[in-house]
Amino acid sequence: MGKVIVVTSGKGGVGKTTSSAALGAALAQGGDKVVVVDFDVGLRNLDLIMGAERRVVYDLVNVIQGEAKLAQALIRDKRVETLYLLPASQTRDKDNLTAEGVEKVISALKSVFDWVICDSPAGIERGATLAMRHADIAIVVTNPEVSSVRDSDRIIGLLDSKTLKAENGERMEKHLLLTRYDPARAERGDMLKVDDVLEILSIPLLGIIPESMEVLRASNLGTPVTLADERSVPAVAYFQAARRLKGEDLPITIPGERRGFFGKMFGRKAA
Amino acid sequence: MNLRRFFTRTQSAPAARDRLQLLLAHERASAGGSDLLAKLRDEILLAIAKHVQIDSDKVSVKMERGAQVSTLAVDIEIPFEAAAKKAA
Repeated sequence: MGKVIVVTSGKGGVGKTTSSAALGAALAQGGDKVVVVDFDVGLRNLDLIMGAERRVVYDLVNVIQGEAKLAQALIRDKRVETLYLLPASQTRDKDNLTAEGVEKVISALKSVFDWVICDSPAGIERGATLAMRHADIAIVVTNPEVSSVRDSDRIIGLLDSKTLKAENGERMEKHLLLTRYDPARAERGDMLKVDDVLEILSIPLLGIIPESMEVLRASNLGTPVTLADERSVPAVAYFQAARRLKGEDLPITIPGERRGFFGKMFGRKAA
Repeated sequence: MNLRRFFTRTQSAPAARDRLQLLLAHERASAGGSDLLAKLRDEILLAIAKHVQIDSDKVSVKMERGAQVSTLAVDIEIPFEAAAKKAA
């Protein structure tokens, strides 16, 4: 039986979809069977980030409404054999997502895949609560910035009350993924530090993803960050986060962009 | 980042622009109710279902939306019995 992960945040634009694609790809690159499910009905983007936007035939709503079989809606990644995508519907109303329908789809996926990664929409409405409903593990994506931390706190509250695990009196496993972190600015005292965020949210840290040009570049190309350049700083950070998800006890390092001579010069000037 | 890698890499923004133009052209068309590829897909399946009982587990549909040409591949397993029955 596979594990169900929800990637959530409350706030939009913090990196949920980027992280879902990168972690999904990283786990699949290690040989695990992975499906990444887009729950953002009406505003899907996971297909674009994973470079499968031209190959969408059916979507999650089609499956829930019985218009297509689950197997017909799954899109296999062209680069990693064990990586699949279940796209959200772009044109349908999000009311078409029913609790029973989602439950059926998730339990079917769980029986086939090692990891079912649910990419939550922003907000705390239906799409977001359904995405987290069946999760075994939650990854809370947070930027070191006041509004993102506040919204993450709100989401943590929902994870502890509105999920199946919570309703059954079980403890939801929650992890913090700190994204768009800039060590230099934190060092100068102009950005919340890792420890500040950890102290406020008090959930364990899964990884720190640095602010990086590589993330935009990968999205331009429609390639998960871990596939675009395996040695880039954010890719290495995502690979390590994926290993921690699998239970490895890796020490967390604050990734610093290792700059060459030019990087140092320009880095200083820009600062 | 390694300097040589930095300078030898191709730009990614043109790829982003091209992908978006293509995707949005298709999405705008389908918002206007003229998603030809989806219409063809549904009508082909209906036409076949008229003659043969289709086992929906044995149907695979693939689409690829391109700039000049899109492709639609419908792969249906039709059991010998079903074909013979209809013919008889």
